[in-house]
Amino acid sequence: MVKRISTPLSDEVVESLRAGDKVLITGYIYTARDAAHKRMVEALRRGEELPFDVKGQIIYYAGPTPPKPGMVIGSVGPTTAIRMDPYVEPLLKLGLKGMIGKGYRSEKVKELLKKYKAVYFAAVGGVATLLQRHVKKVELVAYEDLGTEAIRRLWVEDFPVIVANDAFGGDVFEEGRTRYARI
Amino acid sequence: MREVPVSEIKKAVKELIIEANYKIPEDALRAYEEALKKEQSPLGKEVLQQIIENAKIAREQGLPYCQDTGIDVVFIFLGQDVRVTGGSIEEAVNEAVREATKEGYLRASVVWDPVFERKNTGDNTPAIIHYEVVPGDKIKIVVAPKGAGSENTSRLAMLKPADGWEGVKKFVVETVKQAGPNACPPFTVGVGIGGNFEYCAYLAKKALLRPVGQRHENPLIARVEEELLEEVNKVGWGPMGFGGLVTAVDVKVEMYPCHIASLPVAVNIQCHANRHAQREI
Repeated sequence: MVKRISTPLSDEVVESLRAGDKVLITGYIYTARDAAHKRMVEALRRGEELPFDVKGQIIYYAGPTPPKPGMVIGSVGPTTAIRMDPYVEPLLKLGLKGMIGKGYRSEKVKELLKKYKAVYFAAVGGVATLLQRHVKKVELVAYEDLGTEAIRRLWVEDFPVIVANDAFGGDVFEEGRTRYARI
Repeated sequence: MREVPVSEIKKAVKELIIEANYKIPEDALRAYEEALKKEQSPLGKEVLQQIIENAKIAREQGLPYCQDTGIDVVFIFLGQDVRVTGGSIEEAVNEAVREATKEGYLRASVVWDPVFERKNTGDNTPAIIHYEVVPGDKIKIVVAPKGAGSENTSRLAMLKPADGWEGVKKFVVETVKQAGPNACPPFTVGVGIGGNFEYCAYLAKKALLRPVGQRHENPLIARVEEELLEEVNKVGWGPMGFGGLVTAVDVKVEMYPCHIASLPVAVNIQCHANRHAQREI
């Protein structure tokens, strides 16, 4: 079964999701990866505001290729999420509800998802042209000088993801591997 | 002595970078189609379907298969009877990277310096260039853009000779296990065994240039490849790490003699965006 959700996310929606669920996301999501996270967390440390209100929002760990003429965005698949783990808590504290990336998270982040009622989605890494088709609109939000690592607001329709870590400690990678491991 | 203008190298490298990014080689694509037949995990099958669909869109529409268009790794097998004229090979390769990145709408993913400022160079330069001097009067160029998701999970170990085959096997399997979902399986795993510290890493990378599904011509190495492939697929990660039978579609091994006191092993993890393109001038 496929669940359809839209952003911003409420606690109720987050709590309805379980690791392994196939989900289609519609609405605004925000791209940010290594350099943008570093800047956001440094801004918070200095007592400054973030370039966008993260409350209820989803951050997509991605840095697209430049669009060809006539396209809204280039290829845009997820990057490895675990590199962003050191920056997650301050954003969750401000109400961030979801993250999209690839690969597993640290134990610490899994605990934080429970504590702050948030969810981590995995998109299929590398299928960047297929995912690009679900992005209908793109606006630059902040940090233009970072190039591909700038924060962008994307309007996505039926963006396909899988719930990797839910708000109850569920983990699709652990569960999946345990089922198929032969050593 | 045959003369080749350096501009021909530039032209070839530029075209190969774009080709590699848009067109996953047939051998890799065939391996994913075979994997789809073998895979039993429902999520794993779905991932493989997305991978195959993505490869088709990228080819047909001329788009980068993956948004991480990588750092450009360029192998130049330079025939010893060739004289390259009209400028430096290194500059020609980097100019090719610059032009391919811009004209092919590829991502600039390289920073300098690596530790402090990490400022994007803006045009994906410089490339990593490997030169080998070989017999003949041709130049063979292989371009292999490499993303960081899988490169970051690659490892090297200086094992003890007493660790033997079991030690090698354990290190390869452990590396694949640790790489897991982060490195975008199904993988092709490149393994270099022997040589020394830097040479076994080079061999692991070079091993990946052989077509997926093709066994090594040396029967001993061919057996090693088969056994390692079977072992790494017992790990159970499956496509994108959601669980499954196909964690790797192939393991490629290169071996080299080593010091009496050494047993170096390097494992280079290649994600499913197994991008290679080559040409002979």
